[in-house]
Amino acid sequence: MSSAVTANSAYRHPPGRLHTILLAGTVPLFLGALLNDIAYYQTYQIQWSNFASWLLAGAELFCGLALLFALINLIRAKQKSGQVLVYFVLLLATFILGLVDCFQHAKDAWAVMPAGLALSAIVFFLSCLAAWVGLAPRTGGLQ
Amino acid sequence: MKRTNTFVLMGVALLLGACGEKGADTQARGPDPKLPEQQRGLLPSMKIAEPTAWGDQKPTVPAGYSVTAIATDLQIPRQTLVLPNGDILVAEGRGGSAAKLKPKDVIAGYIKAKGNTKVKSGNRLTLLRDADGDGRYELKTVFAENLNAPYGLAFANNKIYVANQDELVSFDYQAGQTRAAAAPASVSKLPSEINHHWTKSLTVSPDGRFLYVGIGSNSNITERGLEAELNRAEVWQIDAATGAHKPYATGIRNPTALAMHPETGQLWSVVNERDELGPDLVPDYLTSVREGGFYGWPYSYWGQNVDPRVQPGDPKKVAAAIKPDYSLGSHVAALGLSFSQAAMGEQFANGAFVGEHGSWNRDAPVGYKVIFVPFANGRPSGQPIDFVTGFRTEEGKTRGRPVGVTVDPRGALIVADDLANTVWRVTRNR
Repeated sequence: MSSAVTANSAYRHPPGRLHTILLAGTVPLFLGALLNDIAYYQTYQIQWSNFASWLLAGAELFCGLALLFALINLIRAKQKSGQVLVYFVLLLATFILGLVDCFQHAKDAWAVMPAGLALSAIVFFLSCLAAWVGLAPRTGGLQ
Repeated sequence: MKRTNTFVLMGVALLLGACGEKGADTQARGPDPKLPEQQRGLLPSMKIAEPTAWGDQKPTVPAGYSVTAIATDLQIPRQTLVLPNGDILVAEGRGGSAAKLKPKDVIAGYIKAKGNTKVKSGNRLTLLRDADGDGRYELKTVFAENLNAPYGLAFANNKIYVANQDELVSFDYQAGQTRAAAAPASVSKLPSEINHHWTKSLTVSPDGRFLYVGIGSNSNITERGLEAELNRAEVWQIDAATGAHKPYATGIRNPTALAMHPETGQLWSVVNERDELGPDLVPDYLTSVREGGFYGWPYSYWGQNVDPRVQPGDPKKVAAAIKPDYSLGSHVAALGLSFSQAAMGEQFANGAFVGEHGSWNRDAPVGYKVIFVPFANGRPSGQPIDFVTGFRTEEGKTRGRPVGVTVDPRGALIVADDLANTVWRVTRNR
């Protein structure tokens, strides 16, 4: 890997392969939870809610590990601002709200609703944003 | 990966769980309990009392009474039966095969197991005998084994009836027998799929014609789907001769012990109600069981209090729900019921003993004792009286957990303790 660093690159360590897989994997897992919540909301069929619970658990696992990478990148960044900080904060918010969503889904039967559905929608949106920012192509930097 | 995440979640659950609601004893007991509003934070309260040995300690009983351990080292004793000759049968075991459907089930299962015995399910009946009447049960022998989580016991028609978690069976019995002569005969299959609540309680009509089996719901509050609740949360009436059954009462969430009132011949039950609506909801109850009666589960509790967690709801069923007779307090987990007799002494002669296994989902533990509910004219009358206590230490550890209670007509109360794997016997001093 060459080290052609431009003046405005605050991001010395763009997401590596594992980091990218974890971060990108978070998005469809939260999407799956959202879709299953919608299905439960429309049908009252409890199995959709069970699926949503496990997808959320998986999403939180991926998200939590990605968050660790993001934190390390933040610590190693020369300037702790800009993209690297925004990405970390977005992912942190995703993780925390996702955890709240997990607990919401641990309630029995319809007690999950409607908060569970709303939370899943918000968390999915946040995870998209976090991945969008975290995986943004870096001008001047080399991967 | 799943496992890792489970433990992460569990850690957070424990941390957050530590700051739940405060814990005064705000339990409403009696015929007309005041019910608070439903509440459920992000996390349900869980408080598992760490088990500890009895050592040389014993449960506390009222003045004028004594308690002794008549059998120890059992394999999860649940319910007991006093035979006509005074021998005591103990049903031992643990059942259930409910799949863990959500991450929550994995976590809750792990935490709850901390408050239970580590002993393996006995799946057997043990017979205890005090041949010389000195109060020491010198004979302890296996009456029958290879049963499937036996729980409810009854004696009638010269047979011992045993409610396994999947089947009602009977053993032919002759006075003095210490071991079953043959494998049990099937009386009726019982609903056993999933078996979220696996205990099958049992009693028999005074004439021996009908057996009554309590079958618990397959979920807390329909979180396994309504399809799983077919034939659940019911008391069955089973014809002893033919094995034919009909639902005798429905909507009765978890009827964990059944008993016939000795004077009126009326069927009574202790019932465990739903969780996760707050520390003081929903009261477990003692009730007469009316033929054809619907007791609300899952749509409503204590009469017409609608449970919004059940969707779609059923207003007609809610309107039809019977209000139970007597609140025992929420989360006490009543598992034992036996009507008293004159031999128990004047103060405790008329009424019902109730064994309370104790709470696990309430910050301030409740239950963990045997109470006496006074009766007059065949109905509960007045506040309950503590009869056997001391199952928890002052430091908050748990020595034992009462399950089945049985009045011995010779003037004793038999209490099964499934944490200490002990059977206690409370007698009046003479």
